[in-house]
Amino acid sequence: MTTTSGPGAPAPKLAKRPSPVRKMNRAVDERFHTQRSLRENLNKVFPDHWSFMIGEIALYSFVILLLTGIYLTLFFDPSNTEIIYDGSYVPLKGVEMSRAYASTLDISFDTRAGLVFRQIHHWAALLFVAAIIVHLFRVFFTGAYRKPREINWLIGVGLLVMGIFEGFAGYSLPDDLLSGTGLRIASSIAQSIPVVGTWASFLVFNGEWPGTNFLPRLYVAHILLIPGLLLALIGAHMGILWFQKHTDFPGPGKTEDNVVGHRVFPVFAVKSGGFFMMVFAMLALLGGLAQINPIWLFGPYDPSKVSSASQPDFYIGFLDGSTRLMPPWEFRGLGHTVAAVFWPTVILPGILFTLLALYPWLESKFTGDRESHNLLQRPREAPTRTAIGAMSITFYVVLWISGGNDVIAKTFSISLNAMTWAGRVGIIILPPIAYVVTKKLCIALNARDHEIAHHGIETGIIRQLPSGEFVEDHRPKPDPVPDHPVVPTHRFELSPPGEHGNGHGKTGVATRARKAVTGFFTEEKAEGGEEPVSGARH
Amino acid sequence: MTASPDAPEAADPAAEPAVARPASVRGRLVSATARRSRPASARRRRRSSTLVLSLALMATGVLWTVLAPSGSAQDSAADSAAVREGRALYLQGCSTCHGLNAAGTVSGPSLIGVGEAAVDFQMSTGRMPLAKPGAQAERKEPSYSQVQIDQIAAYIQTLGGGIEKPEVSEEALADADLMFGGELYRANCAQCHQAAGEGAPLTYGKYAPALTNATPEQIVEAMRVGPESMPVFAESQIDEEGATAVAAYILHMRDTPSPGGHKLGSYGPVPEGLLAWLVGIGGLLGVCLWIGARQKV
Repeated sequence: MTTTSGPGAPAPKLAKRPSPVRKMNRAVDERFHTQRSLRENLNKVFPDHWSFMIGEIALYSFVILLLTGIYLTLFFDPSNTEIIYDGSYVPLKGVEMSRAYASTLDISFDTRAGLVFRQIHHWAALLFVAAIIVHLFRVFFTGAYRKPREINWLIGVGLLVMGIFEGFAGYSLPDDLLSGTGLRIASSIAQSIPVVGTWASFLVFNGEWPGTNFLPRLYVAHILLIPGLLLALIGAHMGILWFQKHTDFPGPGKTEDNVVGHRVFPVFAVKSGGFFMMVFAMLALLGGLAQINPIWLFGPYDPSKVSSASQPDFYIGFLDGSTRLMPPWEFRGLGHTVAAVFWPTVILPGILFTLLALYPWLESKFTGDRESHNLLQRPREAPTRTAIGAMSITFYVVLWISGGNDVIAKTFSISLNAMTWAGRVGIIILPPIAYVVTKKLCIALNARDHEIAHHGIETGIIRQLPSGEFVEDHRPKPDPVPDHPVVPTHRFELSPPGEHGNGHGKTGVATRARKAVTGFFTEEKAEGGEEPVSGARH
Repeated sequence: MTASPDAPEAADPAAEPAVARPASVRGRLVSATARRSRPASARRRRRSSTLVLSLALMATGVLWTVLAPSGSAQDSAADSAAVREGRALYLQGCSTCHGLNAAGTVSGPSLIGVGEAAVDFQMSTGRMPLAKPGAQAERKEPSYSQVQIDQIAAYIQTLGGGIEKPEVSEEALADADLMFGGELYRANCAQCHQAAGEGAPLTYGKYAPALTNATPEQIVEAMRVGPESMPVFAESQIDEEGATAVAAYILHMRDTPSPGGHKLGSYGPVPEGLLAWLVGIGGLLGVCLWIGARQKV
């Protein structure tokens, strides 16, 4: 794709008849002067590396969440009003339940394609948060968050937190037994906050749990408030990425001041469009083949009932795990009680997310590195950072496994008490072990790289010198060959530079706007508009 | 059954001796006086009265046998055979732990008064005989045939009675109210056996087993008997209709194909999260690598 002719190459079949696309483009440009920014942006260069596509999984999952979510809103009724179910799921016929639960049952059993949309929506939610986490790993381990990208890191952490809240809100909406159990725990967590807890819980749940009017609030948060925030944050995240340009791994021809890769059009656009289809296909496969959240099995929420193995979705699992591992330490003093659940569900995530958000500044403070970086580091090149990452992941995974320790205990016939104690011991000893092992591994890998760079690659050929000494031949490491030209030669041009679109580039915004408005209403054409489109176009 | 109009009178054990007794009393009195005064004739008369008495008793016995509710006599004969067989099987296979008189030993509890429902539950689910000592007996292929289990159950039932084996008919299951069963299940069973009947762990290696292989009889037996850590749900709490409805709900839940695709073990978010990571994220990272590898033009 990059081997096509450059911008200056002659184009033999020129301007016989402008194609419809060109006509349209010209028409739009004459009115809105989009040519300049369109050309700039379509020719923006993005670097190639498979790991730079992980964030896209989250983005495309979000798009699918919006699409499937819109379909679900057509049928979902977020009401606490109690009715008698009379749908087509026989075992619940005649059961008293909220409209929210009944309408979710109707979506599942009586709405065309309702169940598959619900399932794709739920799988997309899991994939959304999971992809954010993996993307965060990529950004962390390559040092992509370093100056000047700290703010985007912060926005990313915000997206993760918002994604978790959004997912939990969605999980809680159907008002089945699992939802209600989760919300009950959420209200307990809110209540456990000293001094303000009870009021905070009353504020969120509109009075005493479970309240009578909570689901409509949750619905507003789920379909308007948090998605709006997510959209705004995604916009900011990608806007900053666009503006600051993407980082890249060091390589031949790659410097701190350039971006090497493919232009947005056509390679990057086609690649990303295809990848969107792959993400969609994966979600359609999961939604069509694997049952998720079978709410009809759980039954309507009733505070007097609970099912064993009631778990939250995976992204809340680490808090469930921390609660299971935490000893029941409850403190009383000054007329207040600090409930045991406060430490693992408020303090712990508070510390974790604060450290996560502040990490770029913490690292820069401790390393004294105040430079801007556009080139990434391989994980081994920053052993301490990589070790901190491995330690944090280990800590998280122990909590995560402990969140499902009952299911694991049952599946593998292990005592639940043994699982709990393994988690309690593991959370203390495993992270330091992960830190030490990772750091040593990184240092060893660096030593190997250093040796290859300075002594060459071992060939396995042993020679005996005249003196009798045996030596192994080393072959110098070959110079890396660029994957593709440093500057992509192919520029996508809708019209030649210097013509109509570009011509307005230096005028003020107000002038341009006025001209655009004038052009829209009158016969007056922007200069050059009537000229035949010619020149080097490809 | 043609004799049935006369049957109540003839078969009544109280009425029959009332008819026969005067004869026998008279005979005995007569014989007592005759022994002293007229020995020969008296002896003859005594012999005949003995004959009459025996005939009368025999007739009574025959009539009783023929006319009395016929099943129970055969049942009791069969029962006693079953009890004998059951006792033999018990002594061979169970007495090592439960004791020669089923009064229990240090290694096994007393079975006096547990009833046949408990025996049927423990043995038909393969929990007894115990595979190995542990926190809880696990379900396995039963070691005894249903006939043998019934015989042992019959023997145990003779030792102080207990809860009888419940019968759950196909019709009762078909007629059961699934909604009622579901309500009872969620209120009483789901907190241990999990909403979809997949089971869950209890403390120290004990667990509420999955209900995937339980038969309706075993479900009702477990409710009545309360094996291991399970509480007893007596008829006063959940009546026969309710117990049948619970069994019908469990069967419905596990035998109805899941509408949303593969069940993933019906365990909810834990296997769902695992699949999202392994297949979802794993697969899409594979796609990333693939696209990345194809880019090197």
